[in-house]
Amino acid sequence: MIEVKNVSKKYGNKTVVEPVSVNVAKGKITSFIGPNGAGKSTLLSMMSRLITKDSGEVLIDGVELGKSKSSDLAKKISILKQSNHLNVRLSVRDLVAFGRFPYSQGRLSKEDWVFVDEAIRYMELDDMQEKFLDQLSGGQKQRAFIAMTLAQDTEYILLDEPLNNLDMKHSVQIMKVLRRLVDELGKTIVIVIHDINFASCYSDHIVALKNGRIVKEGPTDEMIDTDVLREVYDMDIPVQTIGDHKICVYFA
Amino acid sequence: MKKRYLWLALIALSITSVFVGVKNITPLDLFSLTEAQQHILLVSRLPRLISIIIAGVSMSIIGLIMQQLTRNKFVSPTTAGTMDSARLGILVAMLLFTSASPLEKMLVAFVFALAGTFIFMRILDKVKYKDAIFIPLVGLMFGSIIGSVTTFFAYKHDLIQNISSWLQGDFSMVLKGRYEMLYISIPLVIIAYLYANRFTIAGMGEEFSTNLGLKYKQVVNIGLILVAAVTSVVLLTIGSIPFLGLIIPNIVTIYMGDNLKKVLPHTALLGAVFVLACDILGRVIIYPYEIPIGLTVGVIGSGIFVYLLVRRRAFA
Repeated sequence: MIEVKNVSKKYGNKTVVEPVSVNVAKGKITSFIGPNGAGKSTLLSMMSRLITKDSGEVLIDGVELGKSKSSDLAKKISILKQSNHLNVRLSVRDLVAFGRFPYSQGRLSKEDWVFVDEAIRYMELDDMQEKFLDQLSGGQKQRAFIAMTLAQDTEYILLDEPLNNLDMKHSVQIMKVLRRLVDELGKTIVIVIHDINFASCYSDHIVALKNGRIVKEGPTDEMIDTDVLREVYDMDIPVQTIGDHKICVYFA
Repeated sequence: MKKRYLWLALIALSITSVFVGVKNITPLDLFSLTEAQQHILLVSRLPRLISIIIAGVSMSIIGLIMQQLTRNKFVSPTTAGTMDSARLGILVAMLLFTSASPLEKMLVAFVFALAGTFIFMRILDKVKYKDAIFIPLVGLMFGSIIGSVTTFFAYKHDLIQNISSWLQGDFSMVLKGRYEMLYISIPLVIIAYLYANRFTIAGMGEEFSTNLGLKYKQVVNIGLILVAAVTSVVLLTIGSIPFLGLIIPNIVTIYMGDNLKKVLPHTALLGAVFVLACDILGRVIIYPYEIPIGLTVGVIGSGIFVYLLVRRRAFA
């Protein structure tokens, strides 16, 4: 479990995240939703030690982030930020192999390569694994980075807007992979996501943020609700049930 | 380009290099060397060959490391103020300790080169507009400022001639007993190879590195120390070889990508081959006189570089 206790962040005079507390349950997909500038990504970065927090603590399985070695944390929790701006000429396979760095320090064993191959297959990158990242489309690139995160094989996976730049097919593909990772391998996944319908269809728990505060959190079913969404987005969003899924109609 | 061909070229050029010179020595003479010939081989030709290879290999590799760490293909010791800072260091060493040994000079140069490179990195952090061309321009301006300080004090103390001897790279001064400091580069290159994976990861950014549990700042600092050390060693023994650290890594990464571990051996080999070829050319072109290596590398290298730039654009 990840326990976030009274964590806050300021940039200069601007408070980006007010002291917030939230628990992320094991074996679930938790989605952070909210308007732009709500502090979702900042919170995610603090939960994964990428940026320092001004106050509060983050406990991962009961141990404070700052008390663990960064190299050990890399085997427990992985985070993928929006990385499409990275202009590095690495082959897809090399990139995914770097996911094994925490275990191998760059000297990959046979076992490490099994993880690499599996991650590549999971993300359906087999036929482009020798291509350079800069030869790929935005979506393919994103899948390659997610494959690297899979190869890192951590219990907790944090993804900052993983569907950015992806078309519908690949968005669905990635959300299905995330679902499988949770259901089959028992991973715990936290995503920052803008499309609330993907949050509705695939996550177990939703945390809604606005202006650096948590507006409301709860099981997906309770959260996808016109009243709750009005509070978060200042919009009237009708919710329809189609099949087993609640779909928000926010286009008009 | 296959590694095998680079090895072949290296061997062929090495042999050529040993047998090119004013004093005629042919491969056949090897079996019946006169004392004078043996002397020339051991005191001049072989040291020259060794220093060319070490300088070519190490300058290319630190260029590659710099480009990786700054995420900019145009950054190198020449375009980031490292060279100029090292030169200022040599001047300071000459002014403060008049009888400084080469090793002491090298240490002072190293400290200055390191400080200069750190300042450049700090400027990089502050620069909001991270354009690929803008950053090396900042580096060149920064280097010129330091260079003008050096010139000012050198002028005041009548050391201009001394200082300009470090402006032009020149292998003709390499003699036994005067180049051995270059060997310091060998362990540095080995460290660079051991850290190759870490440099690649650090090149992907601080957040990317932290996620993989890599101590980003530490790795960057180690990289910069290697850069400063190699630069000052080469500067003191050979002089500056402009753009070497820029051209060679760029040629190699264009066709091989940015995975340092894979690229390093090629960069090292191509660096040695390139400097060897330029040196031999400089020695035969106005035989029996010589054109300094700084000039040949500068002319040929910048030509190749422009060609690569244009070609790369055509592919992208």
